[in-house]
Amino acid sequence: MIHSILARLARLFLGCAALVLLSTIIVGCGGDARDAADGAATTSPDTAATRHVTVAAASDLKFALDEIVAAFRTVDPSIEVKVSYGSSGNFFSQLSNGAPFDVFLSADIVYPRKLAAAGHADSSSLFHYADGQIVLWAPSGSGVDVKGKGIEALRSPEIGKIAIANPEHAPYGRAAEAAMKSLGVYDAVKDRLVLGENIAQTAQFIESGAADVGIIALSLAMAPSMRDKGTYWPVPLDAYPRLEQGGIILSRAHEPEAAAKLVAYMSGADGRRVLRSYGFIIPGE
Amino acid sequence: MDWDAIALTTRLALSTAGILFLFAVPLAHWIAMTKWRGKTVLEAIIALPLVLPPTVVGFYLLMAMGPNGPFGAVYHELTGGMLPFSFGGILIASIIFNVPFAVRPLVAGFESVDRRLIDMSRTLGNGRLKTFFTVTLPLSWQGLLASLVLTFAHTLGEFGVVLMVGGNIPGTTRTLSIAIYDNVQSMNYAAANRSALVLLGVAFVVMWITTVLGRRRMPV
Repeated sequence: MIHSILARLARLFLGCAALVLLSTIIVGCGGDARDAADGAATTSPDTAATRHVTVAAASDLKFALDEIVAAFRTVDPSIEVKVSYGSSGNFFSQLSNGAPFDVFLSADIVYPRKLAAAGHADSSSLFHYADGQIVLWAPSGSGVDVKGKGIEALRSPEIGKIAIANPEHAPYGRAAEAAMKSLGVYDAVKDRLVLGENIAQTAQFIESGAADVGIIALSLAMAPSMRDKGTYWPVPLDAYPRLEQGGIILSRAHEPEAAAKLVAYMSGADGRRVLRSYGFIIPGE
Repeated sequence: MDWDAIALTTRLALSTAGILFLFAVPLAHWIAMTKWRGKTVLEAIIALPLVLPPTVVGFYLLMAMGPNGPFGAVYHELTGGMLPFSFGGILIASIIFNVPFAVRPLVAGFESVDRRLIDMSRTLGNGRLKTFFTVTLPLSWQGLLASLVLTFAHTLGEFGVVLMVGGNIPGTTRTLSIAIYDNVQSMNYAAANRSALVLLGVAFVVMWITTVLGRRRMPV
């Protein structure tokens, strides 16, 4: 009795397993980025003509680029832009290993230059879209007077953890480290540093209170989710090497033409206005 | 709700559980039945992903699947495509990373079958295959269930390996757990919370069903 029930259950179960396998075979595992993206684009009014541009962007662009992409969508509804945010150094190594992105927007122009030199992109598509700035940020109510004391506030004994981005692969982390060294506080604070994987995670560390203060991108300090939650002190531009931000269109881009349109929009008047409003310095201005 | 990520994660978990099951059943059956003394070495190798940091597995896989790796070069030759940062890439990674979750419950299930029943079936003239399908398999259904469920559930939550091998590409390799990581970084806590609740809910339902169906001890 019990065994016949068990056997029936087992048969039912094997049936399920067979179904899973069948679905696997039908769904297939060879679907590439484009298939997946097409499947997801059902909300678009004109699916057949929709072109998908994938962007790997430095995470200091998180809020500014979201705004630019939303505006670009109204200008050219036939192009759907998908953005991944991360640290420029990580993207650089992923792109060198064949990551399927159309456009790379780096926080350090050195990375796209290297990609062009290695043959992953055409150097003629290289563009310098902005210069980044760093700020010392503390949440309101933390009692840390960053506005009044500037970088010297870091010496305060109440401060436990200081968040910066990982200098190994995040340009903003390198800038923060350089600024602390040139302003003479690095040796005093280096044991209290915590490293974010990229500048957005660094900002999240201090926004959430996990770290007491941090050095982050001005563009993130000006973002809606952080603007009202803290105060910041802009680190003097001469305290760190210029954060020249550059982008490039990859040679293996599936949609080079649509990618070029996005890049042109970003470097045009509309894109520049948004970048400026997030505290980026526009080259030549 | 991040439907893109939910669909992708479900597809990855189903494919991983399904494909792995095909390989795991014969392998686990052999391990359970063989008297070969060297099988402990094999079992240790199979269990490795349980204790290896996901970054170690991710690093080796990225090297092997990259354009300069042995595996990546062959794949590129055959298909013209690239494995890292594609769905195929994270599927292979998640299959390898889930081997112990598929194989170990199956071995436990097959080992729990009374050998005398198997021998009896053989003496009654049934072939090995018929005995396997009519005696061993139905009697070890709990192991089969646990194997599938654990693989499925474990894939849903996999993070490190998928991030290293897959990058973070919306619709292709950005699974639900990576979407949560992303949402937290961009301080979009509401979205992170929604996705996290989905995973919490699924994990609970899956474990609950397994417990109800299994009643007896879980084979891991």
